[in-house]
Amino acid sequence: MADSTLPIGSAIDLTPPSGVYETWLETVNSWVTTVDHKKIGLMYIAYAAIFLLVGGFEAILLRIQLAVPHNNFLSPEVFNRIFTMHGTTMVFLMGMPLIIGFANYLVPLMIGARDMAFPRMNAFSFWMTALGGLMLYYSFIGGVGLQGAGSAPDVTWWAYAPLTERAFSRGHSTDYWALSLIVSGFGTIGAAVNIIATTICMRCKGMTMFRMPLLAWLYLVVSGMILVTISPLTAAQIMLCIDRYLGGHFFDSQAGGAPVVWAHFFWIFGHPEVYVLVLPAFAIANEIIPVFSRKAIFGYPAMVAASAGIGVISLSVWAHHMFTVGMTASQNAFFVLSTGLVGVPTGIKIFNWIATMWGGKIRFATPMLFCSAFLIQFLFAGLTGIMLSTAPWNWQLHNSYFVIAHFHYVLVGAIVFCFFGGFYYWYPKMTGRMLNERLGKWHFWLFVIGFHVCFDLMHIPGLMGMPRSIYTYEPGRGWDTLNFIVSVGGMIQGVATAIFVYNLVYSFFKGEVAGPDPWDGWTLEWATSSPPPEYNFATAPVVMSRRPLWDLKHPEDPDYRYE
Amino acid sequence: MFGGSLQRKGPGNAVYALLLLLSCVGHAAWGAPTDAIVHSIPNTFDPHSGPAHMIQNLSLFVIQITGAIFIVVASLFIYVVIRFRQRDPNDISEPPQVYGSTQIELAWTVIPVLIVLVLFLTTARILFAIQDQKMPPTALDADVVGHQFWWEFVYPKYGFTTANELHVPASSEQVPMTTSLRLLSADVDHSFWVPQLFGKIDSIPNQVNHMWFNPDKVGMYVGQCAQFCGVEHAKMLLRVYVQTPDDFAAWVKNQQQPGVQDPAVADGRQIFESQACISCHVIRGTPAQGKFGPDLTHFGSRDTLASGAADNTPANLKLWIKDPDYVKPGSLMPAMQLSDDQIDKVVAYLDTLK
Repeated sequence: MADSTLPIGSAIDLTPPSGVYETWLETVNSWVTTVDHKKIGLMYIAYAAIFLLVGGFEAILLRIQLAVPHNNFLSPEVFNRIFTMHGTTMVFLMGMPLIIGFANYLVPLMIGARDMAFPRMNAFSFWMTALGGLMLYYSFIGGVGLQGAGSAPDVTWWAYAPLTERAFSRGHSTDYWALSLIVSGFGTIGAAVNIIATTICMRCKGMTMFRMPLLAWLYLVVSGMILVTISPLTAAQIMLCIDRYLGGHFFDSQAGGAPVVWAHFFWIFGHPEVYVLVLPAFAIANEIIPVFSRKAIFGYPAMVAASAGIGVISLSVWAHHMFTVGMTASQNAFFVLSTGLVGVPTGIKIFNWIATMWGGKIRFATPMLFCSAFLIQFLFAGLTGIMLSTAPWNWQLHNSYFVIAHFHYVLVGAIVFCFFGGFYYWYPKMTGRMLNERLGKWHFWLFVIGFHVCFDLMHIPGLMGMPRSIYTYEPGRGWDTLNFIVSVGGMIQGVATAIFVYNLVYSFFKGEVAGPDPWDGWTLEWATSSPPPEYNFATAPVVMSRRPLWDLKHPEDPDYRYE
Repeated sequence: MFGGSLQRKGPGNAVYALLLLLSCVGHAAWGAPTDAIVHSIPNTFDPHSGPAHMIQNLSLFVIQITGAIFIVVASLFIYVVIRFRQRDPNDISEPPQVYGSTQIELAWTVIPVLIVLVLFLTTARILFAIQDQKMPPTALDADVVGHQFWWEFVYPKYGFTTANELHVPASSEQVPMTTSLRLLSADVDHSFWVPQLFGKIDSIPNQVNHMWFNPDKVGMYVGQCAQFCGVEHAKMLLRVYVQTPDDFAAWVKNQQQPGVQDPAVADGRQIFESQACISCHVIRGTPAQGKFGPDLTHFGSRDTLASGAADNTPANLKLWIKDPDYVKPGSLMPAMQLSDDQIDKVVAYLDTLK
């Protein structure tokens, strides 16, 4: 569709010819020293993909251990380390770099900028995040500490005090956990500042705030939330380090500290964090669903308002993770209400997506398949979230396998699905080659089947009293068969992910050449070549509506007439 | 007491569980309808106390509302996917562009707000009814103290302490009996969860939390710690024995006695008292006054050992004393390096502590 007659974009392809770097070392050097937002974005994404595999491997180990009662596959010590590392990895080393990687790559392209606002800080943020992840995994080697206690962290990813205090967590494993999250947190804050500055200051001519693609809007909201939420986490980690090494007593119950304070600090980070991860998934759906339905997004202003609403309300819901810590009825009631209300803007989004598809001509290519499954799975996850928000019932469901199933429905069923969709959608832009559709369909259907076998059934042991974080369980409690099937579902997802990885590698060399605009898209990234040249656009683009490429392709019926 | 029937298993658990989720059927009788049912499946939809019933009623209401929402939205979605999919792959014409509709968007904002308000008011009513319930003066008070990795139960009015198996009286319309628990912790966070009697409430150091229930059915209810508390969190199990008021009174009377002193096992007692056992365990009426581990004054009357990790049989007890890590890896009880003969004698002694 897009051709060289388009007045914006790279009318002349000035991409350096391949082989411009003469030696292998020069190539490495060019990546390590780069400040190009696309290269940094790709490094973030590659980093996240590696930790997706690591965290997924840990999940497989956990599911093997839990497949049958009284299993001896992992010792309790190892199981506790692995599930702590699985949670920490998937949130901090997979989720955060993945969302920031896509933002880095896409936001400047979509708003017609040549780079992020602070390219050097961008590189610094990435290397801080990378360092944090390496430091966390170094704990397997270096975390042993005095008396041979420890190794990797084994205090769960929410690390409730006082289990993290020195009396109960000897050695250095907890120190590695706290310090690596502080370090990667600095990187995340740097990235958030950069995204805010970029979206506010670097938009191309004609792109008002309300002509920004929704993806850029959502990343602006997410970055604001990161600034508010990472800070309490960092503060809590510093307090923990003070407790452990400088004789502080913030959370040290043996010296009069208050463990519940840790829980408040952690969850005022932890719950908005869920939205920090899920809003970028929404952002991807906001781009993919309209293009594959061949319709403009339904209710753009409402989508912006709903995202901002989620951003604000989600800062007031944290203690719904704490209905069991002994708050008063009035305090509990407040968090029941705020949690219910955050469902309203989320509901608006789901309705608007369905309305976008309504009356369209939906093309079910792999990106759209993933986003369709996302819609229905996210609906389900939201409804189990409503169940969890009703405090008295939460006393039953909290810390049970129902909760595990619920948040994996969000984190896998919504976020990972959308990002898989995002990979299939933007991989042609990033590499110049299409991902293989046939392998993509295999990947999608296997993953959907594995996901539902695993996480649908996982709700039930929770309803039957199975708590989380247990390395084994008694036979005869009604959990045996279900856990076995859940484990099988986990394996199927592993196989599907292997197909995806194979597809990434295979298509990089053998994939169909994509051209600048393989999906007939409407946003500015499709106006430049694939992969885009270092400066993105040969001439600075000028836009007149939310869908600049629609206007060009349909001069008889441009969007700006209706905005 | 119910040791023999502990292995009994409900038929077709997985099938039952599926049915349970789909049809919200709550009640089912496990095994024969005797007075002393063993609730070995901690089913949250099988409530046996006032607050657990209230929670179940709330949950059924919420399931109905969320289920209705799911059916409506999922049907819309399926309709859209089938009706509006691209039929002819070569058709490159674009459908009519629609940018939004204020009326429709207002409708799907206002209706969810109303649903949220209904859910909130219903939830708040039950929340206040349970949390602000006044405890009657006849209520049984007990303190639950979480330890790494076992439960201490203190009955302050009756002046004794036991471990891992909580006994409470059943409540009936004629004789209402409420059990009021104060939840405390000796070390890290734990969470007390017996699904059929109440949800879970955390036991947190430096803080006193509260939970109450009035069990309507005699029987044994299983539960376990629900907040990760260290290496052996998984085997921090617990049991609640709901007894008729008469049985409960008899149990209390027995628990108030000091440890039985049977001359036939004097050897075992001598070994126990000359070892470090006494620095962690209490056996009332003897020099054993350590507070770190469970009170063993009536250890022989308990059905399980090591906080539910094994049935309390002489063979298991022998294994447990010889190598606690074998029964419960990571347990804080050390292996005392006793000879087999010494262990046999200690086991014989502990078994007499009915």
